Amino acid sequence: MAELTVVEAVNQALSLEMSRDDRVLVFGEDVGRTGGVFRATDGLYERFGADRVIDTPLSEGVIAGAAIGLALAGWVPVAEIQFLGFAHNGFNQVVDQLARVRYRSAGSLSAQVTIRAPYGAGVRAPELHSDAFEAHFAHAPGLKVVAASTPHDIKGLLLASIRDPDPVLFLEPLRGYRQVRGEVPDGDYTVELGKARIARAGTDVTVVAWSAAVQVALQAAEDAQAQGISVEVIDLRTLVPLDVAALAESVTRTGRAVVVQEAPLTAGFGAEVVATIQEEAFFSLQAPIRRVAAPDVPYPVQLLEEAYAPNAERVLEAIVSTTRD
Amino acid sequence: MVRYLDEDGELVGGEPPMSDEMALAGYTVMLKGRRFDERSVSLQRQGRMVTLAPGIGQEAATVGAAMALDNKTDWFVPQYRELAGQLWHGYPLRRAFLWHVGHPIAFQVPEGLKMLPFQAAIAGQLPQAAGLAWGLKLKRDPGVVLAVFGDGGTSQGDFHEAMNLAGVMQAPIVFLCQNNGWAISTTIEQQTASATLAQKAVAYGFPGVQCDGNDLFAVYAVVREAAKRARAGEGPTLVEAITYRLGLHTTADDPTRYEPPEMHDQWVNRDPLLRMQRYLKARGVVDAARLEQVESDVREELRVAWDEAQNEPAPDPRQYFEHVHAEPSDRLKRQLAHVRKDGNG
Repeated sequence: MAELTVVEAVNQALSLEMSRDDRVLVFGEDVGRTGGVFRATDGLYERFGADRVIDTPLSEGVIAGAAIGLALAGWVPVAEIQFLGFAHNGFNQVVDQLARVRYRSAGSLSAQVTIRAPYGAGVRAPELHSDAFEAHFAHAPGLKVVAASTPHDIKGLLLASIRDPDPVLFLEPLRGYRQVRGEVPDGDYTVELGKARIARAGTDVTVVAWSAAVQVALQAAEDAQAQGISVEVIDLRTLVPLDVAALAESVTRTGRAVVVQEAPLTAGFGAEVVATIQEEAFFSLQAPIRRVAAPDVPYPVQLLEEAYAPNAERVLEAIVSTTRD
Repeated sequence: MVRYLDEDGELVGGEPPMSDEMALAGYTVMLKGRRFDERSVSLQRQGRMVTLAPGIGQEAATVGAAMALDNKTDWFVPQYRELAGQLWHGYPLRRAFLWHVGHPIAFQVPEGLKMLPFQAAIAGQLPQAAGLAWGLKLKRDPGVVLAVFGDGGTSQGDFHEAMNLAGVMQAPIVFLCQNNGWAISTTIEQQTASATLAQKAVAYGFPGVQCDGNDLFAVYAVVREAAKRARAGEGPTLVEAITYRLGLHTTADDPTRYEPPEMHDQWVNRDPLLRMQRYLKARGVVDAARLEQVESDVREELRVAWDEAQNEPAPDPRQYFEHVHAEPSDRLKRQLAHVRKDGNG
């Protein structure tokens, strides 16, 4: 057991899986010699060589598309998209192609592919480096979408994703890359895809979050406790498949829910969470479900950033107001 | 432009690159593709088939390329207008009919066949083909990938990104562009300012070769050479096969709205089937009676395949839940339960 950052947990998972399974290839822009712009692949090139840790041309489309072909040739590709925002350049290859390999071939082919992509606010980067675009990908049948928040879950879920027989988009919280630290077991373990985690137990309000928004929710829960409100925080960890049972169970107990997302409000993944809660726990609800999200505007330049993404203060406001309904 | 046979089927490019026996076998599969397309268009007009894209006029380009592969090691990655070539590679005729009735089994790659399913997104298959070829190279596998697309495909980012990656990785791949003059109604002049499509390869650091796409021998020889280079570790080749879409873009298309009739007539005279017939006859490989026999054998094979296709059990709607992931999620299982309850499953 060691205390690691999120990015160190990513690195440890990749290193472990590359030594365990020699079919695993790591590739993408700048992942080789320089070890990735966030150093997620640091040391892998030296350890596993140029045939297994490969710098590719600057093209998200061909990174995602080639991953399909590499999988069909018998490799287990783990591709890095440097920032999720640029995955749109390869949207056809991810959403229309990768996600459908099994379906399009009527079950005769499959693509055991993991695409890692950091995303979200928090490192003072320009637009598209910081946007939370998870909903664009969660809407694609066939693609699993992971958005974990802690180093422990990042390592365990990345190992599970690489071993999953189907494609996984593995989203890594940019804000948490170096800020969030936590205990991580040294050896091999997996965290099951599709299972949420109770990040904090509580009785009055359920706050649902994923990726970097979990830390915001936890801070707000702490602040609410000071006002005598007991908040349960659910960390979804995986968006697709969604842990419907965990949402139903928690909200049935608390009767109140707040959903937090970094992304703009309209048609965000939070809307899916709200709809699911009302389908599963409508008769337990004592108040309308609240959403805390970014406004429906594109990601702003750095000086305006702080006012954009949801913070603990706004989440706390939503928690308090839902207890007054 | 590489050419072996002129429009009259006369040898103009030296010795034929294949035996008479092989030439007749190639002609037979070209004919099968042609009659299949004609039959399919007719069945579509009767309301018995879905919208489909015939490859009429392009049979030499796709069959010639497929003949240059070894289907035990090499991969055929199609767009959707290559059926004749796919038949040569080993795709079953019965499944081809099922493709045009909208049956999912047509997209299932038969066990052991090195082929990807039909691809609707123009050039979407190319990054995958480049990745596949790169993956074969990393495995020290002797396989070569043939990736087929059209002139319209060369305007897509996926084409350029795939060509670039293949060049960088020196991947064993042959990019076969069927330049059939039209992307639905868009002409080649509207598609590109390049003098040729083959020249686009230069920018990616590998050779581009133009050949007469209605000449089975030319396509075969050029792709065979490209595959040989790929197998020897010398990297990709772009082959531009100049051909012509004598039929429709799809059965939803009406070429009389845009195609000059004189242009069509000019290409009817360059029909790749007629060219091969003339060659085979002049060479004494076949006579009129033998050609008639080939024709009736093909028609019989098509009849049997269509009969078999019609006997294929209808797909079970539950099947589409099973092919999304290896294991359906709990949520998907609940949706499946709804389908069953509604009596659809």
